[in-house]
Amino acid sequence: MRIKKRTLFFMVYIFLLMLPIYWMLNMSLKTNADILSTFSLYPKHITFDNYIKIFTDSSWYSGYINSIIYVTMNMVISLVTALPAAYAFSRYSFLGDKHMFFWLLTNRMAPAAVFLLPFFQLYSTFGLIDTHIAVALAHCLFNVPLAVWILEGFMSGVPREIDETAFIDGYKFPRFFLTIFIPQIRSGIGVTAFFCFMFSWVELLLARTLTTTNAKPIAATMTRTVSASGLDWGLLAAAGILTIVPGALVIWFVRNNLAKGFAMGRV
Amino acid sequence: MSITIENISLSVNKEIYLKDISLNFDSGSKNILLGRTLAGKTSLLRILAGLDRPSKGKILVDNKDVTGVSVRKRNISMVYQQFINYPSFTIYDNIASPLKVAGMGKSMIDSRVREAAEMLHLEDMLDRMPGELSGGQQQRCAIARALVKDTNLLLLDEPLVNLDYKLREELQIDLQDIFAQRNAIVVYTSTEPSEALKLGGNIVILDKGRVLQNGITSEVFHKPATIKVAEIFSDPPINLINCHVEGSVFHLGQNVTIPLTGHMKSLASGNYIAGIRSNHLYLNPQNKTDTAIEAILDLAEINGSETFFHVNYAGTKLVVQEVGIYSKKINSKILFYLDPASLFVFSKSGELILSPENFSV
Repeated sequence: MRIKKRTLFFMVYIFLLMLPIYWMLNMSLKTNADILSTFSLYPKHITFDNYIKIFTDSSWYSGYINSIIYVTMNMVISLVTALPAAYAFSRYSFLGDKHMFFWLLTNRMAPAAVFLLPFFQLYSTFGLIDTHIAVALAHCLFNVPLAVWILEGFMSGVPREIDETAFIDGYKFPRFFLTIFIPQIRSGIGVTAFFCFMFSWVELLLARTLTTTNAKPIAATMTRTVSASGLDWGLLAAAGILTIVPGALVIWFVRNNLAKGFAMGRV
Repeated sequence: MSITIENISLSVNKEIYLKDISLNFDSGSKNILLGRTLAGKTSLLRILAGLDRPSKGKILVDNKDVTGVSVRKRNISMVYQQFINYPSFTIYDNIASPLKVAGMGKSMIDSRVREAAEMLHLEDMLDRMPGELSGGQQQRCAIARALVKDTNLLLLDEPLVNLDYKLREELQIDLQDIFAQRNAIVVYTSTEPSEALKLGGNIVILDKGRVLQNGITSEVFHKPATIKVAEIFSDPPINLINCHVEGSVFHLGQNVTIPLTGHMKSLASGNYIAGIRSNHLYLNPQNKTDTAIEAILDLAEINGSETFFHVNYAGTKLVVQEVGIYSKKINSKILFYLDPASLFVFSKSGELILSPENFSV
């Protein structure tokens, strides 16, 4: 059978994409000695010690828990604040609405490092350093504008007449919003949550600076594995694999709506 | 209950949507707002509903000012031109929603929903979602939701315009029965004269945000106050021919003369504009008094069971509507006939002077 050029190209592409991930998986199943001594394309002596260590050592697994806590908090805060904001942008016209809408996006134009100092100062004053909420709130600076943008696109796709019909039927706003409106932008909310998750899960700089021990995220833990005996390669690889898993899971759930989300609901 | 609107004007960004409209709607009346697109029909309907506020003027319900009252507090229902249903609810829940919000008991809701569903032939679809239905069924669901609640005011914004021909005719008949059963004020917008005539009731002719004429539908049809009204209220628009009267002779255009008889007997000498609906022009004479007119055929359009001949009579473009399908050569001479008794006569400035006495629609 002749393989089409396109298929071949695609296979090579996927191979190159998957190679680093495979290599990490490969490493995570080896001992440090194996990794450093021999070169092998697959683990000859499979060991789960690296994974067991992560799941039993609290300095490792608490990193995951911390990350999950502040990421979840951030998703919830972003959605709860962005939903009404996006509704306002999509349904009402008010003075400066277009400028404000654009201004929201400019918040994403500055690198996180710009905000490090003010956040650190502010949170120190309020005693928020090393708490989950500190990181969750800091990430809102980037996620809320994005959430408003994505949700506005989805909401504008819902005919205004549906809102009016509901009001004519006698619905009060909160009931209309929760029972009629939200179900129609379900996929938009899923996509928004995904984007919030993605940013918050991978963001390192703010998360590391604003935490010390109690809320230290997994990404920060991973950067601090250099010990006197050198790098713990296997452990680091196992941690890396475990860090990819939640992201992959979330992508799996929103895969059908992702393209629409990237287009801000305007597909 | 009666609704009175007083000097309603609406302008958005300096663009005038409605200008100084005053109307009165009585309980149990059927009212049609007829006008072309952008005539202000939907704007007026939205103001009546309370969805939009007029820039000027008042809306009175039983002499009480309700201009600023929220739409939630008014007992109205509305059907949009687009098929608007709650996509996440089943048809049953869609129809039941206004009753549920009003806090009605379950068994009562059930009987009301089933009654409305039966009226609109939706009994078998109650468990389905709106997205699974055809356009006609979706619109019927929207109408059922509007009817299930006993409202004082029922607003329909070109509800049948997006439906196919057959279904439209079916629903037009159903709606007449449904309207007749209720004591609500029905306000129905349309662009189609034939739809307005079928529905009967009262009519308001709108053009560019102004009311041109209002009254009983058949009366307005037979006595359009101006040429503009006659144009809006006939499809294809009424044919207009310049004419003048000299003594007892009526010159229709350049080549045709008609003796002044019947309703035109007392017409004084001068210049006029004659109007005749295209379905009153025939390819074959209908009776002895019919006058023949010779013209050049520009175009023949076939519309299912009718043929529209677009002809050029000495520079004046006319449309002849004939039942049946005919094929005639384009650019050839064509003879058609008109009964002088079916002529409207307008003054040069467009006001009606005479209308036919024995008319048929």
